[in-house]
Amino acid sequence: MIRAFLAGLMIAIIAPIIGNFLVVRRFSLIADTLSHVALSGVAIGLLFKAQPLLVTVIVTVLVSIVIEKLRTSKNIPGEAVLAMFLPGGLALSIVLISLANGFNANLFAYLFGSITTVTDSDLWFTLGLGIITLATVVFFYKKLLFAAFDEESAKISGIPVGFVNLLLIVLTAITVSLSMRVVGILLIGALMVIPVVTGMQLARSFLQSIYYSLGFALVAVIFGLFASYYLNLPAGGAIVLLSLGIFGLVALLKQNR
Amino acid sequence: MSEDILVNIKNISFNYNGQPVLSDINLTIKRGEYLGILGPNGSGKTTLLKIVLGVLKPQEGSVQLFGQDIAHFMDWKKIGYVPQRVGLNGISFPISVEEVVGMGGADHKSIVESLSQVGMTKHRTKLLRELSGGQQQRVFIARALAMKPQLLILDEPTVGVDVESQTKFYHLLRNLNKNLKLTLVLVSHDIDVVAHEVSEIACINCKLVCHGKPKEVLREDFMNKLYGKELRFVVHN
Repeated sequence: MIRAFLAGLMIAIIAPIIGNFLVVRRFSLIADTLSHVALSGVAIGLLFKAQPLLVTVIVTVLVSIVIEKLRTSKNIPGEAVLAMFLPGGLALSIVLISLANGFNANLFAYLFGSITTVTDSDLWFTLGLGIITLATVVFFYKKLLFAAFDEESAKISGIPVGFVNLLLIVLTAITVSLSMRVVGILLIGALMVIPVVTGMQLARSFLQSIYYSLGFALVAVIFGLFASYYLNLPAGGAIVLLSLGIFGLVALLKQNR
Repeated sequence: MSEDILVNIKNISFNYNGQPVLSDINLTIKRGEYLGILGPNGSGKTTLLKIVLGVLKPQEGSVQLFGQDIAHFMDWKKIGYVPQRVGLNGISFPISVEEVVGMGGADHKSIVESLSQVGMTKHRTKLLRELSGGQQQRVFIARALAMKPQLLILDEPTVGVDVESQTKFYHLLRNLNKNLKLTLVLVSHDIDVVAHEVSEIACINCKLVCHGKPKEVLREDFMNKLYGKELRFVVHN
């Protein structure tokens, strides 16, 4: 439980921070697409009996780079690229999982999150990569914001927009992969979007939107993990339902103000 | 003097999928000038702007910025750019005026100074989307000013802005040109505005149709070349 709790806190910090940049770029669905790709990483890990988290990070980051290259080539519309890779990732996973002797409880934990499966090495890996992700966002914060706000002006101001966009999608891939133990692959997209949309209802600046979303994600993850532990619920499901509940509450309060 | 020529465009030609957009354009922009680039829709004026800003590469010709070939020019902070507001993704962001002005990397002092220069200090903590179109454009000018540019390029800055705000906006540009000695390039299709505001006009319609002081340029024969004979022009006052 302690391991799941610490890993969950790290996810609750990085997921909404990256999510803010994705939502304002109207690129929320990239997290869902990459999560399906991450599932193939898990399947490869299970098939070859390798460390699934490490394999998933490598596979998801590599595919995210391919997605960004295709998206910027302008020959294929951005959302079509996502629509190609989402079922593509799922299809590859199903084939590989069947080769690895089919579905089992272990796989269910990856899909929807489980607090009992977080190992020591998972925890250190999550904390290490999470801190690197966080430091990268802090270092490139203004460049990420400028590129998201107005790509052309950013380019003219000398910001390497292509690199900054690639950086954002790689950080998304890392976040999605790290989240699979606690939140689950199929539900991480929600943790990157729902707290952000909730925070945006109240924010008076982009930085405030980050702080609010961070707060809402932490509340959802902490209470979600407790609910999972005491009520024996899948952690990811509890976290996402709590996030939705907070969104509903904030929207209601805002309407009545 | 060569250091007083900020932009030197020599024999520029640009084709898009085999269609000529710009043909053999020669143009210089001198320090302190307020140049209006005039032309109908699709005349290639935005393409010319993008070539000067290094976003597009011409098939023929060369561009020098501050005396340096554009391929080797690195000092982009000397050039401020104010984009067309309409269609900008960021307008709907939850982003404050101060954040917009500082996103280029300006320090707090420069942010405060540039907001004061455009008369937007009291709106600094507001969300960008809470401002009118004219006020948003002032914020974009402040963003460019915060980086202390020597040349400010504006692409159709008043599209979608009401007439009263437009008047205030052009008054601000005049002040920046006169008081801060900022060199301005204003791309517009609005002849009336350009005729009254700028010190030099360049008319583009694939070729450079005319270039000179507004009084010399805004003659019927040039305007016929630029827009065709069917259109009549009334420049007020």
